[in-house]
Amino acid sequence: MLADKDRIFTNLYGFHDWRLAGARARGAWDNTKAILDKGPEGIVDEMKKSGLRGRGGAGFPTGMKWSFMPKEVKDRPHYLVVNADESEPGTCKDRDILRHDPHLLVEGCLIAGFAMRAHAAYIYVRGEFYNEAQHLIEAVREAREAGLLGDNACGSGWKFEVYVHRGAGAYICGEETALLESLEGKKGMPRLKPPFPAGAGLYGCPSTVNNVESIAVAPTILRRGAAWFAGLGRPNNTGTKLFCISGHVNRPCNVEEEMGIPLKELIEKHAGGVRGGWDNLLAVIPGGASVPLLPKSICDGILMDFDSLKNEGTGLGTAAVIVMDKSTDVVKAIARLSYFYKHESCGQCTPCREGTGWMWRVMERMVVGNARIEEIDALHDVTKQVEGHTICALGDAAAWPIQGLIKHFRPEMERRIRARIEKLAAE
Amino acid sequence: MAMITADPTDVPQVASFAFTPEYMAKVNELIANYPPGRQASAVIGVLDLAQRQQGWLPRVAMNEVARILDMAPIRVYEIATFYTMFQLKPKGRYLLQVCTTTPCWLRGSEAVMKACLEAADGTTFSVQEVECLGGCVNAPVVQINDDFYEDLDEASMKKVLDAFRRGEVPRPGPQVDRQTSAPIGGPTTLKGE
Repeated sequence: MLADKDRIFTNLYGFHDWRLAGARARGAWDNTKAILDKGPEGIVDEMKKSGLRGRGGAGFPTGMKWSFMPKEVKDRPHYLVVNADESEPGTCKDRDILRHDPHLLVEGCLIAGFAMRAHAAYIYVRGEFYNEAQHLIEAVREAREAGLLGDNACGSGWKFEVYVHRGAGAYICGEETALLESLEGKKGMPRLKPPFPAGAGLYGCPSTVNNVESIAVAPTILRRGAAWFAGLGRPNNTGTKLFCISGHVNRPCNVEEEMGIPLKELIEKHAGGVRGGWDNLLAVIPGGASVPLLPKSICDGILMDFDSLKNEGTGLGTAAVIVMDKSTDVVKAIARLSYFYKHESCGQCTPCREGTGWMWRVMERMVVGNARIEEIDALHDVTKQVEGHTICALGDAAAWPIQGLIKHFRPEMERRIRARIEKLAAE
Repeated sequence: MAMITADPTDVPQVASFAFTPEYMAKVNELIANYPPGRQASAVIGVLDLAQRQQGWLPRVAMNEVARILDMAPIRVYEIATFYTMFQLKPKGRYLLQVCTTTPCWLRGSEAVMKACLEAADGTTFSVQEVECLGGCVNAPVVQINDDFYEDLDEASMKKVLDAFRRGEVPRPGPQVDRQTSAPIGGPTTLKGE
């Protein structure tokens, strides 16, 4: 188990003061100028060496992402944009950073923004997180007042401002280009890439969009050194990670653990085990609603990191572990996710707009077995026609949970269909 | 799609809308967050302020927001209908936004929804089914106006609603004995040992 001394989010649960004084007592904002003195290249190199991969779901190397920004500022200013539109079902980790450790994020914004030669950061907070946004706004105000932000941030000579921007309820705005559209005052409809945000992002200027957790861990990584972070976890899957454990466990919780912790250990050590014991486990969605579920047989030995989960055809995603015990109607659980994607599709691309509704309607029939066996194949076929045929990954995200269900629980789907036919025949 | 369509026949007519000086000051604060000429970036925030002042978003309020931000009114209507937090009809004093997405459903959101539907009278309480609220380890979650009520079941939901009826504001957060997102019974980490 990760030692407390290696935990970054030491006020994860809000037992302590979230304001500047409390954050400073926990080590935040401690000689930030020394970190900035490494220079943009030095910071980016250190981040690359740490092996940090983006914590928002896709797992793209953070240092490399920062290095895509132009090396000099020309006619257009650079922007850092932080994605705090946390809406992936099962995920509630960024919420704890915003409300309990907002200064880690604000300090991270300065460091990341400086490394990409930006003078401003916008933090896009989902609209429902009203109280969390108030903490963040207050943290920014405190930092400004203390000279940690502003014209001469931390005495570095670098001008840096952080702005908090609230959304208003749209999962799609968690997609980075939809987020930029929304930030510009438009509907959150994803943009075609290229151009990538590092070339033309917010207001057509070079921009980088990072997840809250990716930015909030940066100050600690730079303070303690890349080697420390890279020494945790496994190669290519380094560091610590916030896990959210929800569903049928005895004590649902968020917890910071080492990357690569076995799923079983994570659930049993921190979440009080599966309701009714490990043998009562049916399936786990390991990384938020968008990744395919895993049946118990795979859960028994799986490690929680990017590569291990990818090898099993699923993903670490946001590290939101949704646990389902044997009492779960697993077809209904996935059908509810299909409804979610239908509701959240922005409607821009036909395969997603039409496909998410179609898949949901068929899934509802699958719940009660009102289908023909061949329709399982037709459903799978449609998921393949949606996947990879849309501007953004929402189409993929709608397809994968259904593909996972068919892959691992097809006999259950067939059983329902047969049971209904038998019932109708008997009547 | 996150579309809320309001039938114009059951939306009351509002003759005019203007921000109070207090709200107008907040509008200007928001606009100042964006570069010159990029005031449209404030549209979500300014619509939110209009909704807070009025209780919901009548057409005249959207028109006023369009005027202030120098946007075509249709661009503002698009925003108001795309994002689910904008209310295009009057609602009860307390808006019960019940999350029923899978993590909440697994923990019994159906019973919580039932309690909310029974309470919905359109004056004190309105109910809206919402997608994942982002409080999954404290499921089931219901957002009431700006606050999250967490770790609910039918009985505790009724208790919360009764308190609102009495004019009290029940304590937001977990409705069972636990600290925010820490496990019930106390954290397994960060115990200061």
